[in-house]
This record gives sequence, C-alpha cells and structure tokens, in this order.
Amino acid sequence: MIQQPDGGSHVQPDAGTYVRIGVVLSTVTMIEVAAFYMPFLRLVLVPLLLGLAAIKFSLVAMYYMHLKFDPRLLAALFAGGLLVAGSLTIALVALFRNL
Amino acid sequence: MWAFLGSDCLFFGSLVATYLVYYGRSKQGPTPHEIFNIPFTSVSTFVLLMSSLAIVLALANLQRGSRRGLAWLGVTVFLGTWFVAGQGYEFSSFVSEGLTIPGSLFGSTFYVLTGFHGAHVTIGLLWLMGLIGKGLKTGATPEFAYNVEYMSLYWHFVDVVWIVIFTVVYLIGAAP
Repeated sequence: MIQQPDGGSHVQPDAGTYVRIGVVLSTVTMIEVAAFYMPFLRLVLVPLLLGLAAIKFSLVAMYYMHLKFDPRLLAALFAGGLLVAGSLTIALVALFRNL
Repeated sequence: MWAFLGSDCLFFGSLVATYLVYYGRSKQGPTPHEIFNIPFTSVSTFVLLMSSLAIVLALANLQRGSRRGLAWLGVTVFLGTWFVAGQGYEFSSFVSEGLTIPGSLFGSTFYVLTGFHGAHVTIGLLWLMGLIGKGLKTGATPEFAYNVEYMSLYWHFVDVVWIVIFTVVYLIGAAP
C-alpha cells in the first residue's frame, strides 16, 4: 500500500511484476517485427499488428500508469479522450478516403 | 494530469488521422516501404519501452524511500536520450534520401506526427533532468515521489503514443 502526500493511498505491483510486464512488452514487440517479415501473414497482418499494439497499450496503461489500481474516474478521463481521438481518426479516414 | 493526457490523445489522434487520410497519396518522393529501416526503429521502440520500465522502477524505489530511484531516473534519461538521438539520426537519413516536409504528403504528415512526438519526449527529458536535480537536494521524500509519479504518467503516455505510431506508421505503413 502506497501512501500519498495528499492522504490518499493505493495498492501497487512490486518491482518483479514491472520487470515481467517489461519482458512481455519486449516479446510482443519482437513478435510484431517478426510478423512484419512473414509473407504468409500478409492477409492478417494489419489486424494482427493492431491487436498486438492494443495489448502493449493496455499493459502500459493498466500496470505502468496504474490505471488498474487507481480510482475509475481517472480511467474514465483517459478513456474518454482516447475514445474521442479514436472516433475522430475513424471519422476522418472514412470521410476523406472514400471508404 | 489525466485530463491533460486525455486532451493530448485528441492531439495525437488528429495527427495520426491526417497521416492516414493522406497515406499512399504522395505523387513524388520515397514511399514508406522504400525508406523505413524497420530493424533500426524496432531498437528505438525497445529502448523507449525499457525507459518506461526504468521510470516505473524509479517510482517504486522512491515510494519506498530509496535513493536508488534517482539512479533509475538517470537510466530513464539515458534511454530517452538514446531514443531522441535515434530519431534525429533517422530524420537526417530520411532527408538525405529525399523525404522532406515540403517534398511530399508522406513527408509532411510523417515529420509533423513523429516530430511532435519527439518534442514531447524532449520536454519529458528536460522535466526528468529537473526532477533529478530536485531529488538530489531533497532526497526520496513522499512529496518527491508524488512529483515523479505525475511525471511518470506523462512519460508512459509518450510511450503508448509511440506504440501507436510504430505500429500504424512504420509496420503497417511499410508492409509489403
């Protein structure tokens, strides 16, 4: 349990967990790069890479940024911005690339 | 900080959207497939991921009152500087191969997106160096750890933005 100067407190993972997450992030990056060079994955490459990126994104956000252990309001603030940004991206691409 | 990061998501979202809208529409200049050096950028990506690990280990140490956290902050600065230097080298090699901001749609959208990300990393490095200087004076107090926690959120955000950029711009953009 970590005490904050403002009186709040929250549970946090130990150093071993952080290192394990780092190993997973490195492994997923290697898988992404390997998939890039595999011709037989061409048809599924884009969803595969996006999925692997989403895994890395989630691990960093949940564990390194402590969203998993913090009040849900903070996650909502970040997720809200993320949702609007993602929707904006999809909308602009759909509008201007004639999908 | 979370509200700021939420707004920064919008900022980078618009830059990524612009890149995707203009992707493949350049009439001149090198293409992503011709110019990107994926192995080199993969190493940069790994370095930035490890800098996130370094700063979270720094925070864990500082929250326990250990000054070893300051050493881990130094490791974070080293890795972040390595990343920025790699980006600088990459930009200079791309320019020498003909990829410039006014030269093509790909050039302008690529440099604006990755350039703003690089600027975010650079601001983070300056912030980190300032924190290290403060930490050397005050020691690993709870208040200092709180400041580092705030800064670490910004650093991890910069890392997740790069996760998106590396995947969308480099890997998917240069896919054969």
